[in-house]
Amino acid sequence: MTVTSTSQTRHTTQRLGFSLLTLMTLLTVVPIAVVVIYILFLGAPAISWEFVTGFPREGMRAGGIWPAIVGTLYLTLGTATFAVPLGIGAAIYLSEYAAENRWTRLIRIAIINLAGIPSVVYGLFGLGLFVLFMNFGTSILAGSLTLSIMTLPVIISTTEEALRAVPQAFRTVSISLGATQWQTIRRIVLPQALPGMLTGIILGLERAAGETAPILFTVAAFFLPRLPNSPLDATMALPYHLFVISTQVPGMPIKIQYGTALVLMVFVLSMNFIATTIRSRARARRQW
Amino acid sequence: MNKISIENLTLHYSDDKESLQNISLGIPANAITVIFGPAGGGKSTLLRVLNRLNDLTDVSFMKGRVLIDNEDILDPRLDVITLRRRVGMVFARPVVLPMSIRQNLTYGLEVAGEKDKSKMDAAIERSLIQAALWDEVRDRLNDPAAALSGGQQQRLCLARVLALEPEVILLDEPTSGLDPISTGKVEESLQELKKTYTIVLVPHSVQQAARAADYAAFFLQGELVEFAQGDKLFTNPTDKRTQDYVEGRFG
Repeated sequence: MTVTSTSQTRHTTQRLGFSLLTLMTLLTVVPIAVVVIYILFLGAPAISWEFVTGFPREGMRAGGIWPAIVGTLYLTLGTATFAVPLGIGAAIYLSEYAAENRWTRLIRIAIINLAGIPSVVYGLFGLGLFVLFMNFGTSILAGSLTLSIMTLPVIISTTEEALRAVPQAFRTVSISLGATQWQTIRRIVLPQALPGMLTGIILGLERAAGETAPILFTVAAFFLPRLPNSPLDATMALPYHLFVISTQVPGMPIKIQYGTALVLMVFVLSMNFIATTIRSRARARRQW
Repeated sequence: MNKISIENLTLHYSDDKESLQNISLGIPANAITVIFGPAGGGKSTLLRVLNRLNDLTDVSFMKGRVLIDNEDILDPRLDVITLRRRVGMVFARPVVLPMSIRQNLTYGLEVAGEKDKSKMDAAIERSLIQAALWDEVRDRLNDPAAALSGGQQQRLCLARVLALEPEVILLDEPTSGLDPISTGKVEESLQELKKTYTIVLVPHSVQQAARAADYAAFFLQGELVEFAQGDKLFTNPTDKRTQDYVEGRFG
């Protein structure tokens, strides 16, 4: 009798626990879903060929957002140009070459802390270093460099994690077969870590593409209805444009604001989708 | 004729996990020398010295000489890459590289700069025949190596070493994860291989040690207790500790 009642109590506790956890999961998922649906609902009416490929008109209250889309694309590519090689290089050094000592621990702490710095601080830093001191002006170059510095910690730590996930035994076997350390990295470690690295890199760049504060002082133009034609040009960019039309321009049609938000969201989410696709495909193919 | 001469070798790791205490040992060419004893006795450490894989671990102290063909392989000026091609290693757990069977076999040759495809094909066939795996995989060399069974993977690991035509083969409990039939196949290959190669085997049991040994060395807590011809050491050991271990009184 006691046995049954105890097991019943346990059963009830377990069901209660599961319900609670389900509820907590819902509480995190539902707001995200609501935001997405809300933006979709209010933004969709604005989406048209002209909106996506046209230039802004009538003080941005009509026309399209093409220059902002192109600007964000350039900034993302520019950020990738600087941050990806540097980040991968640093991660390979930390994971494969550096000895575990105070020096490397210090580097790791620095990287973790860099990831926690508010993005507006990067913006100010970029203004001081790239725009003024190095005299790049408010330009795609200065903005890309600023975003690179902000993205580097993410790229370094995810890449390092991907490299470390490759079993140590592969390295030992490769070395024991007479490969040099670099051959081991190039032929075994990097190919195995590549999907994980790509995922981390894309997620890092995705963050760069959506940031407003770092580009505020370094690249973004309030209103520049033409396409940039050199890295030293300023440009419009989606996040900053969204900020401008939401707060700085009176009489702005709501559907243009939400249309812009929708485009930015699709831009970032498709990068996310690519990253997760790479990851799940690689997991399915992985032999370890 | 000794292929390898170990002279007064002492080694400590920084974590004091295992050590070697003043080991002197001659390993004869074209024979199977078995290094056996309880866990933590220094067997794997000794193997890892012989192809300098210990370079990858945290060795805090090392003294003594290890000669292969009268050349000191601990000399810091030695080209370790060449050494590792001459002294191949098969590990306890079969670790196939995440590529095809063929690529596993040609990996060592490719990193050595070999480009001649016909030479590599010849090496593949020869090494697979030597490792008693040819008949099982000849039709599926391009399949991922991970698709092979555990026993096949371990024979592939052996073949991968043989493809490099080394002089010495080190085997660290190569059959510890294998079923009796696969174990038998590996042991059979070793008896054939010793005609061409110098083999150093850390067995996974005393029984295997007794079956395989031409020569046997008993290691206990980093010390070489006794070294003799296999039949002598297993039937009539000199040291009491060897006798106790061989007869299963400890270990």
